[in-house]
Amino acid sequence: MTSSTAPRTLYDKIFADHIVDQQADGTCLLYIDRHLVHEVTSPQAFEGLRLTGRKVRAPEKTLAVVDHNIPTTDRKAGIAEEESRIQVEALARNAKDFGVEYFNELDIRQGIVHIVGPEQGFTLPGTTIVCGDSHTSTHGAFGALAHGIGTSEVEHVLATQTLIQKKAKNMLVQVDGTPAKGVTAKDITLAIIGEIGTAGGTGSVIEYAGEGIRGLSMEGRMTVCNMSIEGGARAGMVAPDEKSYAYLKGRPKAPKGDAWEQAVRYWETLRTDEGAHYDRIVRLDAANLPPIVSWGTSPEDVISVAGAVPNPDDIADETKRSSKWRALDYMGLKPGTKMTEIPLDVIWIGSCTNGRIEDLRAVARIVEGKTIAGSLDYAMIVPGSGLVKQQAEEEGLDKIFLAAGFEWREPGCSMCLGMNPDQLKPGQRAASTSNRNFEGRQGYKGRTHLVSPQMAAAAALVGHFVDVRQLG
Amino acid sequence: MQPFTTLTSTPAPLKVINVDTDMIIPKQYLKTIKRTGLGTALFSEMRYKEDGTENPDFVLNQPAYRKSEILVAGDNFGCGSSREHAPWALLDFGIRCVISTSFADIFYNNCFKNGILPIVVSPEDLEKLFDDAERGSNATLTVDLEKQEIKGPDGGTVKFDLDPFRKHCLLNGLDDIGLTMEKAPAIDAYEKKLSQRAWA
Repeated sequence: MTSSTAPRTLYDKIFADHIVDQQADGTCLLYIDRHLVHEVTSPQAFEGLRLTGRKVRAPEKTLAVVDHNIPTTDRKAGIAEEESRIQVEALARNAKDFGVEYFNELDIRQGIVHIVGPEQGFTLPGTTIVCGDSHTSTHGAFGALAHGIGTSEVEHVLATQTLIQKKAKNMLVQVDGTPAKGVTAKDITLAIIGEIGTAGGTGSVIEYAGEGIRGLSMEGRMTVCNMSIEGGARAGMVAPDEKSYAYLKGRPKAPKGDAWEQAVRYWETLRTDEGAHYDRIVRLDAANLPPIVSWGTSPEDVISVAGAVPNPDDIADETKRSSKWRALDYMGLKPGTKMTEIPLDVIWIGSCTNGRIEDLRAVARIVEGKTIAGSLDYAMIVPGSGLVKQQAEEEGLDKIFLAAGFEWREPGCSMCLGMNPDQLKPGQRAASTSNRNFEGRQGYKGRTHLVSPQMAAAAALVGHFVDVRQLG
Repeated sequence: MQPFTTLTSTPAPLKVINVDTDMIIPKQYLKTIKRTGLGTALFSEMRYKEDGTENPDFVLNQPAYRKSEILVAGDNFGCGSSREHAPWALLDFGIRCVISTSFADIFYNNCFKNGILPIVVSPEDLEKLFDDAERGSNATLTVDLEKQEIKGPDGGTVKFDLDPFRKHCLLNGLDDIGLTMEKAPAIDAYEKKLSQRAWA
């Protein structure tokens, strides 16, 4: 046990500040400041409350939004698919019955839960934030302790505003150097996962630090923290700074006046102390990083766009080797094939990883005045929230996308997980700005390559992967 | 929640690393508003062919393993999404114990909320357990939670570690929320002293 005077990490501090009760074996009851709720992982939790006659302890600390199931076409006529409609209706009813604020599918503030939280100023530094969704790690970009939970835990938080937790390990990912033009936060995070593996962060909370992280915008930091879970870590975080405060100030749910001043004073204390202990330190030089593309069915299966599909026979461990052969078979790829020679069918841009305004602006800069390759089946852009969509349209980005041949959709999770009608068909190959290339993730037998928005935009123009820096 | 004490079963080998929760239960089954009935959807994309008939190559479709209650799987089992539908599907199929060299954190946590025991073993022990499992119905494993050991078909045992609080809850089938509700005074007291973060 670390004493209170010993140097502490950012995670140590936030964890300690939220302990309600601690057992002799170290099991803690941790207070939860913010709870985000969506339609897929909450119905059974609300049902549990009903069956036991329990209430939501702190409805004012709970925010519900619909995102996974909804179509990205015009929604005014309702949701055609019955099961999806029932799940969305269940969330609306649960929010009403339990007094929780709810953004429905027609609300301009609706969007992917992890884009909505920061956008509304619901996400704040130094808070604990949970959601029944693994990409809750996104909110750690603000210096919050944020992670995904299962539905039983959603019910636990609704009923008690706490979570039973044991302290995780501290892991530091130090990103030095500034990435070259065309190399983005997405490439940084994919490179980190490639380095540590998808189980590399298991049991740990990652703190991202260094020039390569400080130099990122808040949106870039969100992209990095978002994919902490793909590196196995439940949570990733970045110490708050002026960029964090500037992003949050004036947001609807951010503190105002004296409360804001008080909050900033507290947030200023949220730095890792000099000499604090990390259980593991990983270093990455962002300056020499190329644009990254995934080749397999795990986010750790990544390579430079200039590289080729690796040969699984080079792997000594039998189970790992056979798993990587399985991945190549699923992806329809052969060892040695250059990444730039893989033809694509679909381009998909969006998700809680890369569906924010800066992502869309970056895409627009690349595709403005050009048209997508005729060999593609289609290219789709799904903004992360209604407010992102509105902002993009005010800037005329929608016109650029439509002129280039992209589809411009309504906000939601969409093809990132394909719970709505946006899905890959069997065999279709996509360049996707989402976070998971698992088998079947974006559609049954669909093939996903994870890339940055810039790389997806570049690929859209030529129909295969290309180093965005060589497009000129 | 059903308590977990001991379990004897033919273990099913799934020699794949990074088995993700999309693989355990694909998204089309997440539209339910119930916890039950997901067993038929377990590993659906590996278990069934495109026409909906069983894929005879998949381990849980083979005669020896159709009623397996123990799954032995490659490293980093349960990675990806937080969907508790994954343990719900395993449980509904009849699997109450998963053995691997490591589990993704959220999945690991979700197991305990549903009376499923995830056991972490060394790579050497996993290889041995894979060998046992590949012997099919000729081999059974017995998992004893109280003793924290797995007894193999040839009398050998593998010890495993487990958090004492999780073990206590699993052995007794305890409901977390009920336990935490008993601590309401501590939660009230914490909320009162929140003044340091009144803005939160």
